[in-house]
Amino acid sequence: MTAAFDVLQGAWRNPRGRTGALILIIIAVAALVGPWLLPDPLAQPDVLAASRPPTLVHPFGTDQLSRDVLSRVVTGARISLGVALLAVALSITLGAAVGMISGYWGGATDTVLMRMVDGALAIPRLFILLLVLAVWERVPVLALILLIGVTGWFATSRLVRGEVLRIREEGYVRAAEALGARRRRIIFRHLLPNSLGPLLVAATLGVGDVILLEAGLSFLGLGIQPPTPSWGGMILDSREVMVSAPWAGIFPGLAIVLTVLSANLFGDALRDAVDPRSA
Amino acid sequence: MIVWLLRRSLQAAVTLAVALALLFLLMRAAPGDPLFRLSAERPISQQEIEVLRARYGLDQPIGSQLVAFVSGVLRGDLGVSIEHGRPVTTLLAERMPATVLLGGSVLLLNFTIGLWLGVRQAVRRGEREDRWLTTLSLTGYAMPSFWLGLVLAWLVGVEWRLLPAAGMQDPLLEADASFLVKAADVLRHLILPAVTLSAVSIAATMRYQRAAMLEVLRLPYIVTARSKGLSEREVTWRHAWRNALFPIITIFGLWLPILVSGSVFVEAVFAWPGLGSLAANAVGSRDYPLLMGASLLVATLVVAGGFVTDVAYAWLDPRVRFG
Repeated sequence: MTAAFDVLQGAWRNPRGRTGALILIIIAVAALVGPWLLPDPLAQPDVLAASRPPTLVHPFGTDQLSRDVLSRVVTGARISLGVALLAVALSITLGAAVGMISGYWGGATDTVLMRMVDGALAIPRLFILLLVLAVWERVPVLALILLIGVTGWFATSRLVRGEVLRIREEGYVRAAEALGARRRRIIFRHLLPNSLGPLLVAATLGVGDVILLEAGLSFLGLGIQPPTPSWGGMILDSREVMVSAPWAGIFPGLAIVLTVLSANLFGDALRDAVDPRSA
Repeated sequence: MIVWLLRRSLQAAVTLAVALALLFLLMRAAPGDPLFRLSAERPISQQEIEVLRARYGLDQPIGSQLVAFVSGVLRGDLGVSIEHGRPVTTLLAERMPATVLLGGSVLLLNFTIGLWLGVRQAVRRGEREDRWLTTLSLTGYAMPSFWLGLVLAWLVGVEWRLLPAAGMQDPLLEADASFLVKAADVLRHLILPAVTLSAVSIAATMRYQRAAMLEVLRLPYIVTARSKGLSEREVTWRHAWRNALFPIITIFGLWLPILVSGSVFVEAVFAWPGLGSLAANAVGSRDYPLLMGASLLVATLVVAGGFVTDVAYAWLDPRVRFG
């Protein structure tokens, strides 16, 4: 655990990493508190006030249905971050489990698992999701989270397998084995805690990837379903009014850029802390 | 080298077979069958669905479906598109050139500008320019391609009227216009989609080139080159960069899936008549055979890309094949 803590501390000392982390915290707080302070993101108060440019009352303007764009962006943050965090937690767990088994058991188990991972990596994640989602009537959010999570662990398992192969040759693991430690103890005491650094990097960068992926799916009409506000869905809706009311599409896009960029800045800082040579 | 090549070919074949099996499983594991969504989208009678089920073999047991699927793929028969009523392979082949043109342009942009910027960053490591270039490329990487595309189409295409924002050719162009005029027209249409796709993907090239260059710059022969009194420019480009170019080849294999996924969105936004917009439309019209065909093609491209990358690398760097 201390290794992971050191990595977090290292990333916090990096100014760019700290900036990313702070912006992420602000966005998360806004996503949690915002919906209570802002107008109802589904309310369509006045058809005559549709597609209004930003004003003091509606800082991000209103969309073509007169809904407040700011409160839709903030509610969208809740959805996007929620989906991303849960899906990434699932992918990381699956990836760590498979990587651990593959790396530590070795032999035929390793070969079969890694060949399957190779095959899965050959189909871009987007296409796997398109194929599954295209037959779905209305995708429930929970199913979307599960699907994104289940399709995201392949590269992580490779990463963890590599870490395990490296760590298991270290003196302290050899010593533990010689002392007759059980497999479970070696895995949870030595292999897992010492791979936490790279896993943390993969998770942070994964959050950015999943936010982009979910936005893309929603943009194609396969992700979060209306009327639930999502950043990708808002950009899809704004397509037809891009010329008359560009703010309805620009602000959700900026929200995506800011969130993903912050996650990647923090992830980068984590990576530099894990492997200072790359800095 | 022969043994290595054989082993690597076998590995590629296994990977492709696994991908094929996964695609089949995905098709069958999805809730409901592919025709179910179709009935929700358009007026279609139960009888017509039965006919379609029989035509696509969905009434057969799963074992014979797998056999039919694999033998169809091996014969290059990917079925008939529901939306277009034409063979999937024909449709894919028709759309291929536009995507190759777009992908090739993005490749060219990334591997000229991206490499150049990556080298500059490595040389000025930790300085202000390095930090700003990293932030800039990461910002591009954080942008949804469809959003950047829409914003550029609106600003450059509609507000400023500088470039066409949709399609690949001007429909008003004379049919007997000279080749040069037509080529210039396609080029004008190409700029926005290519810039969009490049902006969201150039970060990877820059990052790899920077890292590879940093590895080389700390080697002793660079010190030797400097102590011989060579200018920084010569050390950077003649001595260091040549060796830092090798590792970049590997990124091509990694980068292909990103490009293909990105082109789905960018082509859809700019109505670029390639494979990406074909796939995006297939999603909209729930054209399952077409979507499956596109996924198969993409998986094949990715496996082939990885194979070619590895072969090129082994050919250039003997340590790989003898190591």
